[in-house]
Amino acid sequence: MAIAHEFQYEKPATLAEAFALLTRHGRRAKILAGATDLAVQLKEGVVTPECLVDVKGLSELDPLEKRDGRLVIGANVTFSQLAESALVRGEIPMLAESALTVASVGVRNRATIAGNICSAVPSLDAGPVLLVYDAVVVVAGERGRREIPITEWFLGPRKTALLEDELVVAIELPLPQKRHRGVYVKLGRYRGEDLAQVGVGVLVTGDDEYKVAFNAVGPKPVRSANLEALLRGKKLDDALLAQARAAVPGEITPITDIRASREYRVHMAQVMLERALRAAVALLAGASVDVEHLI
Amino acid sequence: MKKISYKLNGEVRHLHVEPNDVLLDVLRDKLGVKSPKCGCDRGDCGACAVFLNGKSVRSCLVLAIECDGMEIETVEGLGQNGLTALQEKFIELNSFQCGYCAPGVTISATELLRKNPNPTLHEVKEAISGNLCRCTGYAPILDAVLEVAAKGGEHGKL
Repeated sequence: MAIAHEFQYEKPATLAEAFALLTRHGRRAKILAGATDLAVQLKEGVVTPECLVDVKGLSELDPLEKRDGRLVIGANVTFSQLAESALVRGEIPMLAESALTVASVGVRNRATIAGNICSAVPSLDAGPVLLVYDAVVVVAGERGRREIPITEWFLGPRKTALLEDELVVAIELPLPQKRHRGVYVKLGRYRGEDLAQVGVGVLVTGDDEYKVAFNAVGPKPVRSANLEALLRGKKLDDALLAQARAAVPGEITPITDIRASREYRVHMAQVMLERALRAAVALLAGASVDVEHLI
Repeated sequence: MKKISYKLNGEVRHLHVEPNDVLLDVLRDKLGVKSPKCGCDRGDCGACAVFLNGKSVRSCLVLAIECDGMEIETVEGLGQNGLTALQEKFIELNSFQCGYCAPGVTISATELLRKNPNPTLHEVKEAISGNLCRCTGYAPILDAVLEVAAKGGEHGKL
């Protein structure tokens, strides 16, 4: 299907040129990175920009590196790069594993994690890992540069804290000082390329600190402060896991839609939280776990 | 209209495109390359897969104008010096029936074997999980990829 709507295409070579385009066109501009979401929206006429700003010529958006105790993921970094990066696999394996759950190879070769959080659909696979690692989104525009904590980034379905004259420069993850292991468990209708029906991400650190996040079970991906408080400082055992499972329904607000019912999502979130926690603790203790097949 | 160029299957091609032209349509309708197919038109089915600068992409989700100066390789390019070992194996094992998904599967499987010449069954499944085939149930496709991998791609040729 052709794209019926006409627009102007710009590929700025510098950040300053990109900022000027965003300032000039405001919300009538759309940022073009991997386009795996944008192209569908253009075809369906859901978005009708007057200008597309292709950011793939901006080398400032390319880095994937460790800098000042943080993992810096430039806005042009694709899910394939994350999945294949030795740096990512070594520092934050959960990030590489989460990246591999996104769609299929041909989509991951183009789709960026920055684009994923800008699309901000409730099922986004990048949500839990960024939430449990306290990611910071670095955005910039002509009016300056801001760092937005990931907990303040998602405002609702397809709504983020990014202003219309800004673009995402990078996503930065502070590397924990303590030993750590995160696990993302994704439930789809079939293995392969489906969107998440439920997603659960956990991070366990060596001192029995736990971080818990969910996606696809509410209007936006969320951290669960109550579950984290319940688990904090305790060793996982059957009694604690039973308490955690029981607390899940109060922490999420899933809906019934074409992919799953509300009740099924609640039930599976409980099952998946337990498996994710057990897996993360086992991995931290040096055990081998097949994280791709926890569900 | 903007004048751009691609290196398409080894040959430099100049063409004029509008910003809203989609790569898949341009390949098929302006450049006469018919192996990429339009299936779902939203990146799910994989029938439109082509290599863009050596990586498989969904050409239905790529704007033609974005690819100015880039290398594009399709099944027509893979087969320029005769069928590849993988294509021959697909024929031998009767891996496809209607054939609509075959070019996309060929691109995805070729990409896998270029990166990982000895994949496991699980890795082959993951590599082609974004290519929907409604005829075969996938088994003869998986067999072909694994058999070619076991032979080391026959003289290094995939």
